[in-house]
Amino acid sequence: MSSLSVLILASLLLFSFISTLVGIWRLTWAYIAAVTGMALALVAAGAGIFRVLTEGELRYYLGGWPPPFGIEYVLDHLSAFMAVIIVFIGLIAVIYPPKAGLYLAPRKGVPMYGLILLLIAGLVGVVVTGDLFNLFVFLEIYSLASYALITLGGDRAVVASFRYLVLGTIAGSFYLLGVGFIYFSTGTLNMADAAQLLPPLYGSPTIMAAVALIVIGMSIKMALFPLHVWLPDAHSYAPPVIAAILAAIQIEVAAYVVIRMLLTVFQPQYFIEVLPVTTVIGWIAAVGIIFGSVMAIAQREFKRMLAYSTVAQVAYIGLGIGLANPLGLIGALLHILNHAFMKSCLFLVAGGIRYQTGLHEIPQFAGLGRKMPLMMAAFTAAALSMVGIPPTCGFFSKWYLVLGSIDANNWVFVAVILASSLLTAVYFFRMIEKLYAVPSSGDVAVEQATEPSARILVPILILAGGVVVLGLINAIIVTQVLEPVVAILQ
Amino acid sequence: METFYSLKPLLAVLVSLVATVLIVIPNQRPNVRESWTIIAAVAKFAIVMSMLPSVLQGKYPAITLFSISPGISLALKVDSLGIIFGISASLLWILTSFFSIGYVRGVPEHKQTRYFASFAVCLSATMGIAFAANLLTLVIFYEILTIATYPLVLHKETPEAIFGGRKYLVYLLTGGVFLLFALAYTYQISGSVDFRPGGILPTQVGKNSIIMLSVLFLFSFGVKAAIMPLHSWLPTAMVAPTPVSALLHAVAVVKAGVFGFARAIGFIIGPALLHESGAAGFLGGLTTATILIASLIALRQDNLKARLAYSTVGHLSYIVLGLTMLSPSAWIGGLLHIVNHAMMKITLFFCAGAIYVKTHCENVSELNGIGKQMPFTMGAFALASMGLAGIPPINGFISKWYLVQGSLDVGQVLFAATFLLSGLLNAGYLFSIVVRAFFAPSDKFTKFGEASPLMVVPLVLTAVFSLLLGIFPDYTYFYQLASHVATSVLRGGGL
Repeated sequence: MSSLSVLILASLLLFSFISTLVGIWRLTWAYIAAVTGMALALVAAGAGIFRVLTEGELRYYLGGWPPPFGIEYVLDHLSAFMAVIIVFIGLIAVIYPPKAGLYLAPRKGVPMYGLILLLIAGLVGVVVTGDLFNLFVFLEIYSLASYALITLGGDRAVVASFRYLVLGTIAGSFYLLGVGFIYFSTGTLNMADAAQLLPPLYGSPTIMAAVALIVIGMSIKMALFPLHVWLPDAHSYAPPVIAAILAAIQIEVAAYVVIRMLLTVFQPQYFIEVLPVTTVIGWIAAVGIIFGSVMAIAQREFKRMLAYSTVAQVAYIGLGIGLANPLGLIGALLHILNHAFMKSCLFLVAGGIRYQTGLHEIPQFAGLGRKMPLMMAAFTAAALSMVGIPPTCGFFSKWYLVLGSIDANNWVFVAVILASSLLTAVYFFRMIEKLYAVPSSGDVAVEQATEPSARILVPILILAGGVVVLGLINAIIVTQVLEPVVAILQ
Repeated sequence: METFYSLKPLLAVLVSLVATVLIVIPNQRPNVRESWTIIAAVAKFAIVMSMLPSVLQGKYPAITLFSISPGISLALKVDSLGIIFGISASLLWILTSFFSIGYVRGVPEHKQTRYFASFAVCLSATMGIAFAANLLTLVIFYEILTIATYPLVLHKETPEAIFGGRKYLVYLLTGGVFLLFALAYTYQISGSVDFRPGGILPTQVGKNSIIMLSVLFLFSFGVKAAIMPLHSWLPTAMVAPTPVSALLHAVAVVKAGVFGFARAIGFIIGPALLHESGAAGFLGGLTTATILIASLIALRQDNLKARLAYSTVGHLSYIVLGLTMLSPSAWIGGLLHIVNHAMMKITLFFCAGAIYVKTHCENVSELNGIGKQMPFTMGAFALASMGLAGIPPINGFISKWYLVQGSLDVGQVLFAATFLLSGLLNAGYLFSIVVRAFFAPSDKFTKFGEASPLMVVPLVLTAVFSLLLGIFPDYTYFYQLASHVATSVLRGGGL
């Protein structure tokens, strides 16, 4: 029994409320409250993963009601790993100044910080809950917060947000229907309990339909090709910090739900052999990787390029799930972490460029490399990691995914991973070339550009440093945290 | 063969990374900045040389840093093969550094900080490749080398340079992804990626797997080693400043590819399995074709650096062909050619650079009579040309001798004939330049003038080294190291 899982949530929700209240009055206080809440949550999440590593999984019964009657929160290797990533990226996001991150000076009465904390709380809730319906509640909490936050990006963002709202609601309903089917069949909503009761029912069409509904719903949420249509607009029109959260952790949480269903709620064999769920996800993801990479090459706008890149990168995670062997799943989980760092770094750089120069199209960036050496060095590190150059972390995601594909004797997946590295190189080196080698067109915005202030720079540099450090220490993460998660597949 | 713990391999890698940090400190005087390069180069060479005595005794300095993937460590180990590459690259970096200073100030080049910083990273990566104890460590440094060379290729930032940079990346990154595949495949079939003389693949592994692995290595290391048809990035990359072409496109980068073949053939796949699978014969055929075709193309190049580039393509295949023959003599010849070709080719590139700085001539047809004006430069050029053609007593003769002997040992008269014919072709495309320079009348060059001593001294030194390596091959330990590698890999007899 440990209340750490609830402490993460409690500090986020409490300070979300406090931040909104004091924000009516003084914005600085709202900022301080948000950072405090996020920092406390990070401490709790850090303590959580530490205790999980030393003592094993921690369970907490909300209100003292034991499952299957009450709601249970579980910190195991998987959920503690996810919680740390989510809260860390959340902390970076609230530190990053809103004038660069949200395109606007903070205004009184706009509960920006409160919404961000609510969004992060929703994401954490999804990963720590041990209850299928409670998961739906948190899913809606984070979705609603993100619909609101996307609209801060201006008129086009409002439309994008509405499209996302429609599709996101459909996805949520699919999930809820699926959970409903499970509930009718088993009479329980608790994951561990359902896992006990489901095996005899595996032949039942109701359960098969439930699986299909849940997986399709989550595929929409994780923007798995061809259900990604809402993503490019939402992510490119959303303000940079929000786009960073959406791309780095939000869609990955949907991937988490699929992995949780695969590993905990159902027996892996059910998804792998009885129903071809993982096979379908894997092949769709393989197509999605190529599609997203090719579309990213076609973009001129930096953030839109990043958005299509996200479509490809989340498909890497899908590919790893599709492999459904230990190495493939390690690759997918490690990529959740790596992609969180790389992609949030890149979106924050996009925000920094936009704030310093007003520019957002790649052809306009010629000559910026010399004007902002530190920020562009951070960009280069993250970009090289996306391409998969060692020793950055992106290389190691690919390494495990390739190992997993070879294990599965799936040579097409190997080819897809390798080809997409080259496609990724095309769109990132095109920008690196612009930044460093193409002479400036004489644009005033470029000529007068300077390195941004420390408040913008430090979060970016932390993430870029993380890209290299995570690459070097990946073996520790894999052996300590991820191998216990995938042990059930062996 | 025993190993002992030592920090030196790590220091040899890190010293130029530290220099990189010092070089990029803003607002320092150029002389201060360049002194970091020189200090790092000398320090690196000293560290590498200090490991030589113990390596010669068969005791290998090694350091295991940390686990980089479950079961695989980031580890360095200085064995006989590694130190051959390490010594030649670190020695030539010192000379190239002096030459670079003369060159970039003579031209003058822009963005010199980026130039020297990238150079230092390249040398760290090269040392990492030379001293890598397993394939994953090698791959990490190999890819760093690819990326760190990119800013040097597009250094001039002209449209041609940017195109050259793109082409370079397309080829090299493609090679990189094949290398990742080869690495993963090796790990899957053998459960290990450590280098071990004689190979690590389990003997029961199927023939198809070995052929597949050989092809993967061909598509990865073959790009840097410029084996046809994977070579065409190299002539395009000649758009880089000449010192870059000299050190990276004649010594470090391309030799990293060749070195990769030595590791893959001798330390991963192993000679026995490679021979059985028939992949060695295929590689041999490909490299033979490369040697002849590259030499023929070189004959037709008017641009001096392009001619040298095709010459490099041919000579790299000498080495790989030597390795694929799997006979001790051929291995010794190939490994000695890593050093010997480096010495001779860097001399020629230095000469091309000195000529460019002094006269801005880039084409062979413009060089009539230049020998009388730049006697030291063209003298060194003549000497190195003789070496590449295989004329004694220059070092090129020694390596070619062993290569030809190795071909005859395995009964491949065709390979021996290739080396001899290629020698003639070398003479054809290089001596014509020498003849032009010394004997063709010219009214263009009337004033006597060598380039700055910063450039002339290094090129004379490399020419003298080539001569010394040819006259006294035993005193440089390279023969001893090479024969030690050959015996350990081929277990005495060979095939």
